[in-house]
Amino acid sequence: MPDAPLQQPAAVVIDNLRFGYVPGEDVLLIPDLTIASGARVFLYGPSGCGKSTLLSMIGGVLVPAEGRVDVLGNDLASMKGSGRDRVRADHLGIIFQQFNLVPYLSVVDNVSLPCRYSQRRLQRARDDDGSVDAAAARLLSELGIDERLRARRSTDLSVGQQQRVAAARALIGRPELIIADEPTSSLDADRRRDFVSLLLSECEKANSTVVFVSHDQALADHFDNAIDLRTINRAERQSDAA
Amino acid sequence: MLHSLRNTFSLGFKSVWNRRGTAALTLASIAVSAALLSVVDRVRTDAQTSFANTISGTDLIIGARSGDLNMLLYSVFRIGNPTNNIAWDSFETIQARREVDWLIPMSLGDAHKGYRVLGTNLDYFEHYRYADGRNLAMSAGEVFSGALDAVIGAEVAEQLNYAVGQQIVISHGITATSFVTHDENPFTVVGILAPTGTPVDRTVHISLAGMDLIHAPPGGLELPPVVDDYEPEQITAVLVGLKSRIAVFSVQRFLNEYEREPLSAVIPGVALQQLWGLIGVAEYALLGVSAMVVLAGVLGLLATLLVSLNERRREMSVLRSVGARPGHVFSLLLSEAALLAFLGAVTGLLAVQLAVLLVRSWALSEFGIQLSLGLRVFDFAVLAGILFIAVLVSAIPAWRAYRLSLADGLTVKI
Repeated sequence: MPDAPLQQPAAVVIDNLRFGYVPGEDVLLIPDLTIASGARVFLYGPSGCGKSTLLSMIGGVLVPAEGRVDVLGNDLASMKGSGRDRVRADHLGIIFQQFNLVPYLSVVDNVSLPCRYSQRRLQRARDDDGSVDAAAARLLSELGIDERLRARRSTDLSVGQQQRVAAARALIGRPELIIADEPTSSLDADRRRDFVSLLLSECEKANSTVVFVSHDQALADHFDNAIDLRTINRAERQSDAA
Repeated sequence: MLHSLRNTFSLGFKSVWNRRGTAALTLASIAVSAALLSVVDRVRTDAQTSFANTISGTDLIIGARSGDLNMLLYSVFRIGNPTNNIAWDSFETIQARREVDWLIPMSLGDAHKGYRVLGTNLDYFEHYRYADGRNLAMSAGEVFSGALDAVIGAEVAEQLNYAVGQQIVISHGITATSFVTHDENPFTVVGILAPTGTPVDRTVHISLAGMDLIHAPPGGLELPPVVDDYEPEQITAVLVGLKSRIAVFSVQRFLNEYEREPLSAVIPGVALQQLWGLIGVAEYALLGVSAMVVLAGVLGLLATLLVSLNERRREMSVLRSVGARPGHVFSLLLSEAALLAFLGAVTGLLAVQLAVLLVRSWALSEFGIQLSLGLRVFDFAVLAGILFIAVLVSAIPAWRAYRLSLADGLTVKI
């Protein structure tokens, strides 16, 4: 649990969360977790401690057996699947460990993908940059992707470039919350630091809250708060699947 | 809504393009099935129309006793052979009946380079009607007046590159190659008929006198001053026009009970119906087989989508993570199937148009079938049907993708 005083409205509030993939075997048991709006939180812990499961809760993909997961004022646990999908589309940007770019789309198409499913992010991109393509181009440029690469298929890029494209995709339309699930595990140490700095800089510009998951504690000094999930998760059994 | 639909189809198109190798095979199988269905129906309806247009205004066809169909085929469509001849006396007897308006005598059995030769008189050019009652018309020259004059059909002229004044030799028998030719009595083309789209176009017309002349020993036939007045001993068939159609059945009964020789009188429309009845079973069997091919094509599409589904789980979860709802995933799969089915069916239907364009003159000359160009209602029904079935069966992989996208969430590990 972060000790830093929270001055702004919370981006994520977790209250008495209980979840297990198998009934009776809890993976997550978190009494209380609040992530302030605009905060940059580093979440770490060993494999199987429930990091990805917690992100899936915040992303609205999994729902708790008990308790409340409140994201930007939306009580996900009490919402229907379509409502959670809407919250995810409009307010969340997600970066994966394996980048997960759509192989048949160009770099620009991959970045603008969220705007296909969210009118809110589409409108923001247009308001900020005039068009979705312009917003994608700006983000790619800021993240160091050469203009000549924008029309290429994402699979033609290097690992580092793909990761920055994935970051641009998460950031387009300025979502309020960015979730990054071990996005640096494929990068070498220097590139990890560069990537994290770049990501946080972009998140700051977009005024987005960041929840960054990694088992590499060396990255923690980039963030406002570092949370060891084991200290807030009271579940006795922590699944490998998590 | 429109934005969402456009998004889905745009993504679907890009996804299909990404798998264009397998997609092309699926598309080809659907194209073949659509083409097959369209071709079978086109040939079926065009053949019916072509056959129905061949003869018009003729109330009865008379020939030696045989089946209705056989008589219709050899006398009107120049297919097959007559069983026997009928005596000219019988022709005169029929002509004398008060119900009869006109008669066209027909003498068959010879050919010129594969085209049937018809011996007849000038009543043929006056009374023969085709399609919706149209008369025969000359495109060049005039009708025959001499015993060795010939009037050729439009296709004979075009295919053999004949013009008025051309000398032709008639062969014995009806095959394209004959060992017996009547080259001692060459005919001169004096007229060319305008195209009719019927077997008339593929016929060489000569006088009854000319027909007997080439079969008689040298100097063994005496001709009247006016060749058209010549009366042969036998002819093959007679087309009959009655003053009133009410008399058809009484004249038919008279002829079927004719005592001096065994005759058959056939009503062309009834014989055509028999023909449709006979080939209808085969037509529907062909349509059934074609429908099965369509089903096979669509099942191929289903198999392709199902097989690709597992390798696309990550793609689905990525789409979910960027905001796609399960409905989007479902509709993406449907849109891909619809796109492949639509493009496949359209390709097949256009291929049929191209094929018709290429083979229509051959089909006309070889089978007498005037294949029509242009899309028809049936083609649009084929397109809609294939699209409907494809979307229907693709609901299976779409539903599976929907379920997987829910189960996999955002962190598919494959």
